[in-house]
Amino acid sequence: MTAPALDREAAPLPPGRVLSIRDVTKVYPTEPPVHALAGVSLDVDEGELVAVVGPSGSGKSTLLHVMGTLDRPTSGDVVIAGHSVNALTDRQLSSLRARRIGFVFQQFHLLNGYTALDNVADGLLYSGMRLYDRRERAALALARVGLANRMMHTATKLSGGEKQRVAIARALVGRPAIVLADEPTGNLDSHTSDSIVELIEELNAEGATIVVITHDHEVAGHFPRTISLRDGLIESDALNGSGRR
Amino acid sequence: MAASTLTPSRLHPSDLGRTASVGLRTRKTRAALSALGIMIGIAAMVAVLGLSESSKWDLLAKLDRLGTNLLTVQAGQGIGAGSGQLPEEAAGMVARIAPVEATSSISAVDANVYKTDFIPSGQTGGISVQAVDVNLLETLGGELTAGTFLNEATAAYPTVVLGSVAAARLGIADVAHQPLVWLGDQWFAVVGVLEEFDLSPNLDRAALVGVASAETFLDHEAIPSSIYVRTNPQFVDDVMDVLPATANPQNPEEIEVSRPSDALEAREAASDAFTTLFLGLGAVALLVGGVGIANVMVISVLERRAEIGLRRALGATRRHVAAQFLGEALLLALVGGVGGVLLGVGVTAIYASTQGWAILVPTLAWAGGLAAAIVIGAVAGLYPAMRASRLSPTEALRTT
Repeated sequence: MTAPALDREAAPLPPGRVLSIRDVTKVYPTEPPVHALAGVSLDVDEGELVAVVGPSGSGKSTLLHVMGTLDRPTSGDVVIAGHSVNALTDRQLSSLRARRIGFVFQQFHLLNGYTALDNVADGLLYSGMRLYDRRERAALALARVGLANRMMHTATKLSGGEKQRVAIARALVGRPAIVLADEPTGNLDSHTSDSIVELIEELNAEGATIVVITHDHEVAGHFPRTISLRDGLIESDALNGSGRR
Repeated sequence: MAASTLTPSRLHPSDLGRTASVGLRTRKTRAALSALGIMIGIAAMVAVLGLSESSKWDLLAKLDRLGTNLLTVQAGQGIGAGSGQLPEEAAGMVARIAPVEATSSISAVDANVYKTDFIPSGQTGGISVQAVDVNLLETLGGELTAGTFLNEATAAYPTVVLGSVAAARLGIADVAHQPLVWLGDQWFAVVGVLEEFDLSPNLDRAALVGVASAETFLDHEAIPSSIYVRTNPQFVDDVMDVLPATANPQNPEEIEVSRPSDALEAREAASDAFTTLFLGLGAVALLVGGVGIANVMVISVLERRAEIGLRRALGATRRHVAAQFLGEALLLALVGGVGGVLLGVGVTAIYASTQGWAILVPTLAWAGGLAAAIVIGAVAGLYPAMRASRLSPTEALRTT
C-alpha cells in the first residue's frame, strides 16, 4: 500500500475538527442482538476536553472502541484525523492508531517486565522509530507527567497513580491527534484520581485533545464539555460553566 | 487537523527481536522448561552422532595401526577333524607363500596357571596356557605394559608372559620383583605383561610360554592350533584363498581362515544399528519438545490477551502480532537448540575423553540440530501466532 493511495481515503473535515461521528450504530450479533450504540453523532474539535458519562451498559466503552478504530461501526461513519474508518483496511486502521490516536485504559495495561521508560517508549514502537529516539521522547513525556525520577522502575514497582501516569505518558508520547481514555480513574482512590484529573486538565491546557470515558459524574464535572450516554443514545451534550474553549 | 498522508505502521526489525523476547525475559522459568524438551532432543541427536563419529574415527585409527592384513589360520571343526590341531608342518608351509611377511603360531598347552601352589586346581580363573613363537608380539603388533616379551633365551626357561586379563586375575601388574606363578606344577617367572590385543582378545586371557620351555617343562608337543599370518596388504584376499590348501593340503576344508579386523568392523556395524535407534529416540524427544513449545505458546497467547489488545491499540497490525509470537516460539526453540548442541557436544567430549577417543562432532549433527530446532519452532509457533493475530482488539482488551 503506497502513501498516495492512502491520501484518497482521506475524508474532508472542517478545519480544527479531529473527530466526527455520524449516525453510528453498533449491534453485537448475540441472541438477542445487543444494540450497544443506537445512532450516535458527535464532533470533537482540536484542543477539546470531553467527558463521556453514562451508567454501565450505556455504550460508553463501545463508543470509545469505535472512536479509537478498535472496532468498526455496524452502520454510520467515523472520520478521525481526516480518515474515514469505513474506507480503511485493518492495516490502515493500525497505522491510524500508531500515529494519530493515543489510548489510556482503566487497567493501565503496562508491560510488567519493562521499566516505566520502556513502557512509554512502546507508545512509539509501531511508528518504526528507533529505540534510542523513542527513549529520548519517552523520557520527556515521563518528565511531563511528573515521573522523571521513576523512569527506571519496572512497572510492578509503581503505585496505581504512577502506573496511570506512565500510561498517559505512553498515550501522549507520539503527539496523537486525539487521546481516548477509558475510565482512567476507575482503579484509583479518590485522592490519586483527583491528581490524574488535574494532569489531564493540564495536558489539555497545553493543547492535547482528550476524550475521557467515565461513569463518575464528579470527574466529568471538572471538564468543559460532557456528553451523557444512555442506552446507546446521546442523552445530552453540554458545556459546563465557563463554556467551550 | 487537516487530512494527511497516513504512513503505515512499522516495526523495526531490531524491535521485532525485542518484542519477541518479552515473554522469555519476563517468564524465565517457563521459557527454560519449554526449551528443555527441544534441548534434550537435540542433545541426544548431537551426542549420538558425535559419539558414533568419534568411535568410528577411533576404529579407523585402530585399524590403521593394527592393519587389516593380519589373518588367522585355525584348525576347524570339520568332519573327522576332531583333533583341533593343524598339521605339524603347516606353519612352515604358510610362511612360504610369497606375499606372507610373517607368521607366528601358538598351540594350547594342557596346563593351568595359579597364583600360588595353594590354590585348588579347579580354580583356573579361565586362563589358558599357550606355547607361542617369540615373534608373536611383532606379528600381532601388540604392546607390553610391563617387562619384556619372550626372546630366544628366555623362551627356553620357565618364564611366562601374561595377557592383560590373565595378569589382572593373577594379581600381577608389574614384573620388577620377578613374581612367580604356579604353572603346570612348577614355578614360572613372569617376565612381561601384555596390553589388550584388539585383534585377538583370546590372548588377553592366556599365559604365554615359549615353545622350548613348554616342551621341556610341560611335556608339550608343539603342534600349532592357530597360526597368525601377516601378509602384504595388497594380496590379503589372494593369501586368504590359498591358505587352507597350503596349511592342510590333505583336508583344506578343515582349515578356518579369518581376518580379525573384520570382527572389529562387525562390532562397529552393530553399534551403528544402535546409533539409528538412539537417533530415532532423539527425534521423538524433539517432536515432544515441539509439542511442548506449541502448548506453552497457546497458553501464553491466552494469558497475554491484554498485551495483544494493547499492542493493537498502539498500532500493531495483525502481522506484527503474529510475528511477535512466531518469533517467540522460534527463540524458545533456538535457545533449546543451542543448549542442546552444547550439551550434546559436552557429552560427546566427556565420553570420548574417557574412552581416549578423538572428539568429533560432525557438522551435520550440530548444524542439522540447529536447523531442526528452527523448523520445529516455526511449526510449533504457527498456530499460536495465527490465534494471537486473529484476536480482535476489543475482545483482547476486554479481559481484565
